[in-house]
Amino acid sequence: MKEFTPAPDSASIVSVTDRVKPVALGMPVTSVHFLGPRAAFVGGEENVAFVDAKGEITTVAVHGGGILSTASDGKRIVMGGDDGKVVSLDAKGEVTLLATDPKRRWIDAVALHADGAFAWSAGKVATVKSGKNEEKSLEVPSTVGGLAFAPKGLRLAIAHYNGATLWFPNMEGSAEFLPWAGSHHAVTFSPDNKFLVTAMHEPALHGWRLADNRHMRMTGYPGRVRSMSWSAGGKGLATSGADTVIIWPFASKDGPMGKEPAMLAPLQARVSVVACHPKNDILACGYSDGTVLMVRLEDGAEILVRRNGTPPVAAIGWNAKGTLLAFADENGDGGLLEL
Amino acid sequence: MSEATSQKIPVTVLTGYLGAGKTTLLNRILSENHGKKYAVIVNEFGEIGIDNDLIIGADEEVFEMNNGCICCTVRGDLVRIMDGLMKRKGKFDAIIVETTGLADPAPVAQTFFVDEDVQKNARLDAVVTVADAKWLSDRLKDAPEAKNQIAFADVIVLNKTDLVNKGELAEVEARIRGINPYAKLHRTERCSVALADVLDRGAFDLDRILDIEPDFLEAGDDHDHDHDHHHHHGHDHHHDHGHGLKHYHDEDMQSLSLKTDKPLDPNVFMPWLQNLVQVEGGKILRSKGILAFHDDDDRYVFQGVHMMLEGNHQRKWKEGEPRESRLVFIGRELPEKAIREGFESCIVS
Repeated sequence: MKEFTPAPDSASIVSVTDRVKPVALGMPVTSVHFLGPRAAFVGGEENVAFVDAKGEITTVAVHGGGILSTASDGKRIVMGGDDGKVVSLDAKGEVTLLATDPKRRWIDAVALHADGAFAWSAGKVATVKSGKNEEKSLEVPSTVGGLAFAPKGLRLAIAHYNGATLWFPNMEGSAEFLPWAGSHHAVTFSPDNKFLVTAMHEPALHGWRLADNRHMRMTGYPGRVRSMSWSAGGKGLATSGADTVIIWPFASKDGPMGKEPAMLAPLQARVSVVACHPKNDILACGYSDGTVLMVRLEDGAEILVRRNGTPPVAAIGWNAKGTLLAFADENGDGGLLEL
Repeated sequence: MSEATSQKIPVTVLTGYLGAGKTTLLNRILSENHGKKYAVIVNEFGEIGIDNDLIIGADEEVFEMNNGCICCTVRGDLVRIMDGLMKRKGKFDAIIVETTGLADPAPVAQTFFVDEDVQKNARLDAVVTVADAKWLSDRLKDAPEAKNQIAFADVIVLNKTDLVNKGELAEVEARIRGINPYAKLHRTERCSVALADVLDRGAFDLDRILDIEPDFLEAGDDHDHDHDHHHHHGHDHHHDHGHGLKHYHDEDMQSLSLKTDKPLDPNVFMPWLQNLVQVEGGKILRSKGILAFHDDDDRYVFQGVHMMLEGNHQRKWKEGEPRESRLVFIGRELPEKAIREGFESCIVS
């Protein structure tokens, strides 16, 4: 790994730090999504903070405890909490209670479908609610680690111990088990619906090509992968977990099988979050030392957005047009950048 | 461990065979007026009669790490719950993990050794085992889980002592000591142990591995002049020590103590220890040591759970302090002769 540390005023790197509007959220933040023109920073517990273009903060109470899971489609954020509730928050700041676990178990994972269906899990049970249809539930062999809807059709991927389960909630007996030893957490479909990838408890990703369930092992990380983001058009999967952004190639029909990933933006700190630009081949990434960079996928050219010297960056996200970037560190010191 | 140890949230593992009194102890910890708030991870939801939004139900989900080490098991549910709890940092001072009565404490402990994120935020404080004075002796014969829990313990709360007579109490203590002479042992009725004796023990803190001498502190205050030759079953060896303490040697689970006042060669010792836990880690439940290396003015301390070891230079040897190396292994069918010989070969001649 080559050494690279951007000096504070190094001429070798373009800096836009002076164009960032600082946002002091005053609460630990775990993720950020855009709802309409406002950035919605999801807190570690209880609240979501909306921040508008002027930097004005409006706080909305969403949960009576820790916020464990979030998913957003740009129109609303669906969240699961340790209060056993699934709630949604829309762009106007209205909170709707979607479901309550009867035993008040933790809502460990949520997922949101483009057509409005949503899913959540508590313990070993994943539940889907679509449109006016009733709730459909599936119990998997162990606690659910993550949920994701397929880009086409109403199909849910459920990550758990020793593999993942694919399920069409509206088809009885449709659950298909994809085995792979180990504990699987976050899960994501490639945008072309051809691959399923999980982030494992060990520092590795695992993938299946859905046409033939062929395995793809993506290893070599020094730390667990906690953040994954598909690049525009689904050509690559950018990931955290190393001291560079690791991008696995998914453009060909074999995906990353037998290929090396691209390694961009090396720093002497661990990448903590990644977010690919929705339209262009660039990504934004945050590091364990507080640095935020924008990186061009083609040649790895970097633009400094935020300097190091703070707690790890915990949240990063683009608006749908890709004109606004929002980020925040673990302590809730964030920023907005208009491009 | 690093200097950040003190900021990490202490985690107490509460274990014990079915019916020993774990829930009684847990209820005491939660209801006593100590000004601290505990997050509690329990397996039998609803047994705790205290309203606390930080009581979390868990399914013990033990899985093997994909690292080729078969005894390297962790609690997947704990990894997930710790992750969630860390979102509420500041809302509690410590965490208590209650295991089921049939659980092996090792996967819980190992979770704190192998998971980077868990390790960053929390530290294992101690394994506290509640034992039933009346039934433990029987369970040690028929339930390997009970034996594991005793062998693994840093603190043993020997409960329900009001249900046994003096002779029976001495008997059960001797059986415990035959397996684990190092744990702090407290005799209680209804788990009425001082909370300071079970919480914030720092048993896994390298800086506090000071005393690895057997715990016979309490032997004196209940001096037993019983010179009777006790009847016993099974194949236990039974000696009657001059001072009245019975001594059992458990056929299956033992502790092994090694000691030398000659310096050790770190270049021989470290590979030997690594190899020992690699090969015999399945049998070794716990290990600890304070070491005096050749040409080294610092004490080296280590501790381990099965194959996992953690060690560091701790501090300078004090003036006049005997530079002794002491090691302790607790385990099942330990290859004593091989371990002793291996250890001897690490001494600088």
